[in-house]
Amino acid sequence: MCLSVPGKVVEIQNNMAKVEVGGVLRDVSMAVCPDVAVGEYVLIHTGFAIQKLDEKEALETLDLLRRMAEIR
Amino acid sequence: MKFIDEFRNKEIAQGLIRRIFEISTRPIQLMEVCGTHTVSFFRYGIREMLPKHIRLLSGPGCPVCVTPNRDIDLAIALSRQKDVLLATFGDMMRVPGSTSSLQKEKAEGRNIRMVYSPLEALRMAKENSGKKVVFLAVGFETTSPAISLTLLQAYNEGIRNLYFLNSQKRVPPALRALLQSEKVQIDGFVLPGHVCAVIGREPFQFIARVFKRPAVITGFEPLDLLQAVWMLVNQIEKEQAFVEIQYTRVVRDEGNPVAVSKMDQAFQQDGALWRGLGWIPESGCRLKYPFSSMDARQIDADVEPSREHPGCLCGEILQAVRTPPECPLFNTVCHPDHPVGPCMVSIEGACFTYFKYEQNPY
Repeated sequence: MCLSVPGKVVEIQNNMAKVEVGGVLRDVSMAVCPDVAVGEYVLIHTGFAIQKLDEKEALETLDLLRRMAEIR
Repeated sequence: MKFIDEFRNKEIAQGLIRRIFEISTRPIQLMEVCGTHTVSFFRYGIREMLPKHIRLLSGPGCPVCVTPNRDIDLAIALSRQKDVLLATFGDMMRVPGSTSSLQKEKAEGRNIRMVYSPLEALRMAKENSGKKVVFLAVGFETTSPAISLTLLQAYNEGIRNLYFLNSQKRVPPALRALLQSEKVQIDGFVLPGHVCAVIGREPFQFIARVFKRPAVITGFEPLDLLQAVWMLVNQIEKEQAFVEIQYTRVVRDEGNPVAVSKMDQAFQQDGALWRGLGWIPESGCRLKYPFSSMDARQIDADVEPSREHPGCLCGEILQAVRTPPECPLFNTVCHPDHPVGPCMVSIEGACFTYFKYEQNPY
């Protein structure tokens, strides 16, 4: 039930966006994620974007994990 | 960056497993609160790869599973009324109530529809103005913004034939109840990343501050799970207790304040009945005053007295007191094709997950 998927915002119009998930465009309400721009990623749950994904944080996590795993 | 494949890297996973083995010295029990986490731990084979003395317990984080029979029976009773069109998420259809299920009722000709988003229920209300459209609303804080926005939109647009049979639940009070009950020793919590995407870290701080247990807000990919287990083991070994965020690409300290404000506009905190855990103060919500006319509980309905299947251990499984294979009905009377309890119905129910990955591995 809490399953949510990341998708890339390709178009925004009046609080509704077209978001690409695995090559498919979905209509997603942006009502609680007003500060998202085209090209950014959001987390989608039951037709609503619930949070913006932070690419910088994602890269930092991966960098930390690589160092923990001792992979250059 | 696709935010998925990068977090499934095999070499990094192997490295993290080595790190966990290096620091883990004592037997511990970790609870993954969220059913989606239970599925991920099984699906990626992580349970097999961890040290044997790290035991993973499934918690109460399956909204379908914790919905009490009383609410399912009420939904069934409402669906039997000729002027009602009942809508709900797919997983709720097959959950057995006391003597029937929404799926059986649909086969009997009742007007019951599955929806992916609550907005579809709003559309149905607009298209069926002569009917009462009742949305059986289940879900945790992840789902509450969607339900709240749908309610607010319906009200603002003057739609008066959409009703909410509200059975939403809040996760933090349930964890408090679990910790207070002391029925099971939990040394650390894998906290639900998508609930926290909405409500943030603060509502879970009591786990560390009051109960002195570590907790990690966790994502759903294999590297997320492994990093979270490492963080928990690290805290436990150092005898620390903090609520840390592993899932930093999604979860901010404050959550999503816009979403929370919409939830507060639509609903107010209230006690709620959970299957297995009983009545928990502040663990649910009800419609706020101007919207109370949209509460489906005010529609008169002839509801049968609710009762549970006497042999079903779902209640104890949701509290992690028992595991699915310990239930005498598991994979005998109770099977995904003919489930007795909700934990065997939901795709993230503990019994279904154990059945799928342990009884029939592929």
